[in-house]
Amino acid sequence: MSSNDASPDAHSFSPAPHETPPVIRVAHLGKQYQLGARATYRTLRETLVESVRGMARSIGRGRSRRVPDRIWALDGVSFDVAHGEVVGIIGRNGSGKSTLLKILSRIVEPTRGTVDLEGRVGSLLEVGTGFHPDLTGRENVFLSGAILGMRRAEIEKKFDEIVEFAEVDRFIDTQVKHYSSGMYMRLAFSVAAHLEPDILVVDEVLAVGDAAFQKKCLGKMGTVARHGRTVLFVSHNMGAVVSLCSRALLLDAGRLMLDSDAITVAARYQATLAAAPTATTDLSAAEHFGSGKARFVSLRFVPERRDGTTRELMCPGSRLRIETRIVCFAQVDSANVGITIYDASGFRLVDANTAMQGRFVSMQPGDDARIDFTLDDLRLKPGTYLVGLWMGRGNVEDIDGILYAGSLEVEPDPQQLQHSEQFPGPYLCAFRHSVVISTPDADVERPGVRNDPEPRSAAAVSR
Amino acid sequence: MTHAPIRPHTLRIEPTRGWVALRLGEVVAYRELLYFLVWRDLKVRYKQTILGVAWAVLQPLLTMLVFALFFGRLARVPSDGVPYPVFAYAALVPWTFFATGLTMASNSLVASANLITKVYFPRLTIPLATVLAGLVDFALAFPVLFGLMWWYGIVPTAQVVWLPLFIALDFATALGVGLWLSALNVEFRDVRHVVPFLTQLWMFATPIAYPSSLLPEKWRTLYALNPMVGVVEGFRWALLGTATRPGPMILVSAAAALALLTGGAFFFRRMERTFADVV
Repeated sequence: MSSNDASPDAHSFSPAPHETPPVIRVAHLGKQYQLGARATYRTLRETLVESVRGMARSIGRGRSRRVPDRIWALDGVSFDVAHGEVVGIIGRNGSGKSTLLKILSRIVEPTRGTVDLEGRVGSLLEVGTGFHPDLTGRENVFLSGAILGMRRAEIEKKFDEIVEFAEVDRFIDTQVKHYSSGMYMRLAFSVAAHLEPDILVVDEVLAVGDAAFQKKCLGKMGTVARHGRTVLFVSHNMGAVVSLCSRALLLDAGRLMLDSDAITVAARYQATLAAAPTATTDLSAAEHFGSGKARFVSLRFVPERRDGTTRELMCPGSRLRIETRIVCFAQVDSANVGITIYDASGFRLVDANTAMQGRFVSMQPGDDARIDFTLDDLRLKPGTYLVGLWMGRGNVEDIDGILYAGSLEVEPDPQQLQHSEQFPGPYLCAFRHSVVISTPDADVERPGVRNDPEPRSAAAVSR
Repeated sequence: MTHAPIRPHTLRIEPTRGWVALRLGEVVAYRELLYFLVWRDLKVRYKQTILGVAWAVLQPLLTMLVFALFFGRLARVPSDGVPYPVFAYAALVPWTFFATGLTMASNSLVASANLITKVYFPRLTIPLATVLAGLVDFALAFPVLFGLMWWYGIVPTAQVVWLPLFIALDFATALGVGLWLSALNVEFRDVRHVVPFLTQLWMFATPIAYPSSLLPEKWRTLYALNPMVGVVEGFRWALLGTATRPGPMILVSAAAALALLTGGAFFFRRMERTFADVV
C-alpha cells in the first residue's frame, strides 16, 4: 500500500453525506452484558440454587434482588450510512466496535435501540468461518461460501476466480488440515473477498498473514470499496482505515465519540492514545509485541528550538526530541532501540535507531532506562504522524515493539502561515527549496494551486 | 409476490422479548446452507474410520443380535408372533435414528459455536441439519430389515403405505427433543451428561426389546405419550403386520410428537437471542 492508494475517494468526504436515503440507520443502539455471573455457561445446579435464593429473598424482603454487575458494551450509538460509503470503525479494545459489528450482522441482539438495514448484509468477522479441517479446499470453498451467505450458483461461477486469487490451485483437492497456515488464510480470505452483499461488514480480517498477503487483501478491499458497495470496516490499522475509508466513527467505552472524515478520526484516535504533544504517553495499555524481556513504558515528544530550549508547537523545522522510558524484566544484551515515523496512512517515513549511531543497550532486570532520540530540523509538513517503537536484536528477536505508540502533530508554523498553501492528499516531507517563476504575472496568479481548505489542517489548527 | 421488488426490503434489528415467531420462511430461504451443513456432516462423520458408513448398519444390527440372544432366546420375551430378530430390528432402525439424531442435535449448537458467534443464519438450521443427516444412516440400515424379513419369509402387508407417516413421526420426535436439548445445552452443559442417561431410560420406556402388548390395554394410551411408542409400534404394524392394533396409540403419540416439536421450536427461538452471548 503506498500513499497513492489513498486515492481521491479517501478525501472526497463531504460533511453532509446523506443526500441519498441511508442504507444503514442506527438509532440509540445499546447492548448490555452481564459481568461475571453469565460470562460463561452455567450449570443447572447454579441456576437452581440462584432461583431458590432469589425466591427466598423475595419472600423475606420483598423484591430486593441484588443487581449483578452489568456493563453497557454499546450505549446510545446513532448514525446513518449512505449507499456506497466506506466507513471505518475505530476504537480501543473493549470500546464496543466488535459488539456494534455483531449487532449489525445480526449475530447478537441489541438490548435497546434499532438498526434498519436495506439490502443483503454479509459479515466477515473472521477469516475461515465455517472451514472444516477434514474437508478439501474445494469442499471448503462451497461450505464456507454457503455459510457466508453465497448461493451455490454464485460460488460455482466464481470458483476459479477464488482459487486463482488464493494461489492454491494445485492443492484444491487436498484436505485443508494439510495446508500451511498461509495457504489456509489465503483460501479463506479469498472466499470471503468474493462475497458480494449490498452491505459488507468486516472486522480486522486484514490483521492476518504475511505482509505481502495483507497488501493483497487491502488491495481487494479497495476494489470492493470502489465498486459502490457499502462497507463497514473495523481495524486497529490506521493506515488501512485512512486509505480505504472516506469516513470513520470513533468509539470509546461504548459511546460514539466522533463521526467525521477518516483522517480526522484517525488523528483523534491517536491523540486519545497519545494525549497532547509534550504530554507523556503511558504505554501500559498499548498493544505490545515481542518477548517482553523489557517494555516501553512511556513516550514523550518535546519540540525544541535550535538552541535546545523547549517550544510550544511542533512545526516544520523544529528540533524534535522523542523521549522513551524502558523498564527491564529479564536481562537484555546489546539491544538496538529504534523509532519509526509513519504518515497518517501508515506509510513509513523515517527510521532512527541506536545501532545507526553504533550504540547498543544492555539492561538488568529492574533497570529503568531512558533513551532520547533527537531529530534535528524536522522536515515534516503540518499534519498527523504516527510513531512506532521497537527494541530488539536485528533479525534475532523482538524484545518489545508497539506499532503505533503515539501520534505526532506537526502544526503550521505561525510565523510562516503565508507560505502554508495546503494541497489535498497525504504528504511526505518538505524539502528546503527555492522557486524561480518566470511568467509575467506570477505573483498574482500562482498556477496549479487550489484554494479549497484542507480539512486535516483545519482540525490541526483548532486543536 | 408477483414480481421482484425494485427496492430491497428494509430489515429492522431490535430487541425482542418473550416468545417470538418461528420464521420458518427464513429457514426455507437458507435451504442451500441447510444442504451444505447436511453434506458436511455426512462427509465428516465417517472420515478416518475403517468401516465407514458400515457403522450405520452395524449399530442396529449388533444391538439386534445382543437383544435376540438375551431377550429373545434366554429371557423368552414374547414378540407378537414375529421371529424375535425381525421384531427387534424393525424397532431398532427407527430407534437408532432417533437416539443418534437427538444425541447429535443436542450437541450441535455448542459444536458450532464458532459459526454462531461469527455469522448470522437461522440457527434452526443447525440441529435440523444434524437430524436430516441421520436420515442417510436410516436409509442404509433400513434395507437390511427387508433382507431379514425375506430370510424369515415375512411379506409386508398393504399397511406398508403408512410407513412414511411413521418415518415422519420418528423425524419429528428426534428433532423436537433435539431442539429442546440443543437450546438447553447452550446455557446448561449438564445436558451432555443427561443425554446418554436419557436415551437409555427412553429406550426402556419404548417397546423395542419387548412388545407393548405386554401392557394392559387401558395403560397403552398413556404409555403412547412417549411418541417413540407410536413410532415403533407403527413400524411393526406397517411392515410385519403385528396383531396389536396401534390406532389410538399412534394418535396419542403423533399428538405428543407434534407438541414436542412445536414446543421445542418455540423454545429454541426464545433461547436463540442469547446463543451468541452465552455459547
